[in-house]
Amino acid sequence: MKPNKIDQLYFSDVNEPIRLDRREFLKKLGGGIIVVFCLGKLSLLDGWGQNDAADELNFNAYLRVKEDGRVDCYTGKIEMGQGIITSLAQVLAEELEVPISSVDMIMGDTELCPYDAGTWGSLTTRFADPVIRAAAAEAREILIDLAAEKLNVNKEELTIEEGVIFVKNNTTIKTTFAEITKGKKIVQSLSKKPSIKTSKEFKIIGKPTISADAVDKVTGKAMYSGDIKLPNMVYATVVRPAVYGSKKLKVDASGLAAFEGIQLIEEEDLVAVIHADPEIANKAAKKVKVSWEAPEARADNESIFQYLEAHIKDSNVYEEAGNLEIGNKTSTKIIKTAYQDGYKAHAPIETHAATCYFEKDKLTMWVSSQTPFGTREQLANTLNIPLENVHIKQIFLGGGFGGKIYNQQAIEAAKIAKSCGKPVQLVWSRKEEFMYDRFRPAALMNVKSGVDDKGKLNLWEFDIYCAGTRGTKLFYDVPNNRTRMFNEKNVRGDSHTNRLNNVSVHPFGTGAWRAPGNNSTTFARESHIDTTALAAGIDPLEFRLNNLKNVDMIVTLKLAAETFGWTRKKEDGHGYGIALGEDAGTCVAILAEVFVDKSTGEVTPIKMVCAQDMGQVVNPHGATVQTEGGLTMGLGYALYEDVEFVGGKVKSKNFKNYTITKFSKTPEIECVFRDKMDSKPQGGGEPAIICVGGAIANAVFDACGARVNRIPVTPERILAAIKK
Amino acid sequence: MKQTISFKLNDQNVSVDVNGDESLLTVIRTYLDKTGTKFGCGLGDCGACTILIDNEATRSCMVIVEDIEGKEIITIEGLASGEILHPIQKAFVTLDALQCGFCTPGMIMNALGLLIKNPTPTRDEIIYGMEENLCRCGSYNRIIDAIQLAAKEMNQKVKI
Ligand code: FES
Ligand code: FES
Repeated sequence: MKPNKIDQLYFSDVNEPIRLDRREFLKKLGGGIIVVFCLGKLSLLDGWGQNDAADELNFNAYLRVKEDGRVDCYTGKIEMGQGIITSLAQVLAEELEVPISSVDMIMGDTELCPYDAGTWGSLTTRFADPVIRAAAAEAREILIDLAAEKLNVNKEELTIEEGVIFVKNNTTIKTTFAEITKGKKIVQSLSKKPSIKTSKEFKIIGKPTISADAVDKVTGKAMYSGDIKLPNMVYATVVRPAVYGSKKLKVDASGLAAFEGIQLIEEEDLVAVIHADPEIANKAAKKVKVSWEAPEARADNESIFQYLEAHIKDSNVYEEAGNLEIGNKTSTKIIKTAYQDGYKAHAPIETHAATCYFEKDKLTMWVSSQTPFGTREQLANTLNIPLENVHIKQIFLGGGFGGKIYNQQAIEAAKIAKSCGKPVQLVWSRKEEFMYDRFRPAALMNVKSGVDDKGKLNLWEFDIYCAGTRGTKLFYDVPNNRTRMFNEKNVRGDSHTNRLNNVSVHPFGTGAWRAPGNNSTTFARESHIDTTALAAGIDPLEFRLNNLKNVDMIVTLKLAAETFGWTRKKEDGHGYGIALGEDAGTCVAILAEVFVDKSTGEVTPIKMVCAQDMGQVVNPHGATVQTEGGLTMGLGYALYEDVEFVGGKVKSKNFKNYTITKFSKTPEIECVFRDKMDSKPQGGGEPAIICVGGAIANAVFDACGARVNRIPVTPERILAAIKK
Repeated sequence: MKQTISFKLNDQNVSVDVNGDESLLTVIRTYLDKTGTKFGCGLGDCGACTILIDNEATRSCMVIVEDIEGKEIITIEGLASGEILHPIQKAFVTLDALQCGFCTPGMIMNALGLLIKNPTPTRDEIIYGMEENLCRCGSYNRIIDAIQLAAKEMNQKVKI
């Protein structure tokens, strides 16, 4: 079919403008059956799709049944360990009736895949799944139509199994996807609501499925951005200041004379060296003397909370109900506490990396980024070239957790490549990773609660600094409540974006960290619920059940408590703790058991149970792996992780002085999910982690009577709290 | 100063002309194009770069290449024979003991070093032996289970 014919096809079905580059890319896809549609048309999916009016109308292919019968699935999402390479293939295989092994996932390639804002916020399963299911259902219909024609039978007589289309009561009359698609190029746009399967019909969705990428990852074949090697490639090392935010004053590169083949790159504030050997580049970079003007230190990791509270004066009310005064009067006990949470690093094992080359003025890049399309845009803007001149290629990420959405390394690599005219690889050192990470911001939460003599919550005042609104909608039943976000005036969005006189209140970059803000606020809320329950003299589980209004949350909590065995006998020195939370549409309840050594304050996590209501669970096995991972990572922020700094000088530079969870501190973990196969899938990658801080702090209190209102809950803080 | 260093890599004799103080990690990845071994810190803190030198699990980022003249190196690429995975690799796949997979080659090589020394480790011995290998994705429990599973299969000498 000629391109202009394809155009016609588009326009007859989709009366929206199509960007030229999108039409062009169809040519690149080759033959077979291609199902396309427009984001703006997602209303067809009955509210299942991500249909934001602000989304650019964009015409995209979602899948292609290739001429060999295999299926390409295109998604702008990336795989960073969250398992969507498997779960997306599963939903496609389900609707299209093919074995999952015949699906090839094409992910995050900006020339082949549909535009995508980024892989974050546990959105993939919620929003990409329905789209791919719809596209696959549509493809199934087309294939059946074509098969009916080919076999000369009524399409009602046909069915598909494992990529073979056959007559229901005469399996000898059959054809395959490969036979039907051979030599064809059919572009079909989604025009009506596709009929997708109900849970009763599922064969693959809901079935535990082993990761599709596992074999590549255990054999070393899986490629990450730093594994790409290009002919004549050079390795870059950037010369960094000691203090974040420093301005370059003077460069003395005379020390480079001692190195053969070294080249200095200076592009505005960026100073780097390149060499064909990465270690020589590293050594040479140390010999470049740059004088920097460092910003003045305003706070350190101890004084930061006072600093934030003193400097952020404006606030807005996020949620309120009833009357606080009445709440005060009707409560017999009033409890006020301040909770604090220090900065946290993402600390993926893969540091930020990018490999790239220019061909004339077209840039091609492999980059560890959660936002390939965002990277493309940033690069086009920085280099002042059209979007089409930037191509981001598919690659695995060695972890992201929200830290790889800013792409500083991509911009640095591209500038260096442009300047030197050679292919460039830039892999950040661990120290750079700690300095230029966009940390989870330090947060401060002031909570005031009131309870009556029957144990009913009557008052809840929640003041939040630097943690944002995510997950803070009150799911406890408190008639008089108010939640405020402390923000500079006229600052829109969440309070973690706090800026004063246009300067961030934080001494270095901050940003999204697996369930942004929600870890901090959930820790504060759930600690305070326990403190209030204690004041009321009621068991923390019973107190929560008495004061909850959200039915899903109640069911989830009961499921967790049953699985954990809340009433089972406690061993000496052990404690149990609960925390509840809501994130990305998912209800989470965690029950934790810890052992605390009262003489050293050392905490050993013993067991964690996590119950979640995440709607439809596409891959229960994958969801379990994700949840276990979230809980394990979460223990790090709960017990050890704390970025130490003086102003913009980050003192936590490596894993020796920034401890994350290790083998010996990982407890037995049990994950349970509410079975809701016919409902929409909700987020899964992030929610579980939000409750770890609260559950651990509450369990520590239960074990030894130390109430620590600041995470991480370190041995020193525990010992100090015991003494009180 | 460049020197020629020869050693055995995954059963093949190799020679490289490099500065003797280059880390083995850089040499394997950059000069010998075996990128399965990962850089996670370059400081000996994370274990992503673990390989075997004469059957001993070692952080390749902490070894300089002139020290391995004549030695035998095994990296993650040297474990499977063709399509047939090593029992540890197979156990990692079966139990899904990985997420992003970046720590995985180092985990598997460290586990192999451990099982060569101690073919029947207890759970605690596995934890002790693996403790300094970091996994930010939090796959630790599955990794322990995978090592136990692999140990069983290796001891039964069942060919898988
Ligand atoms: S890279 Fe060698 S221990 Fe981290
Ligand atoms: S699987 Fe990602 S660091 Fe271990």
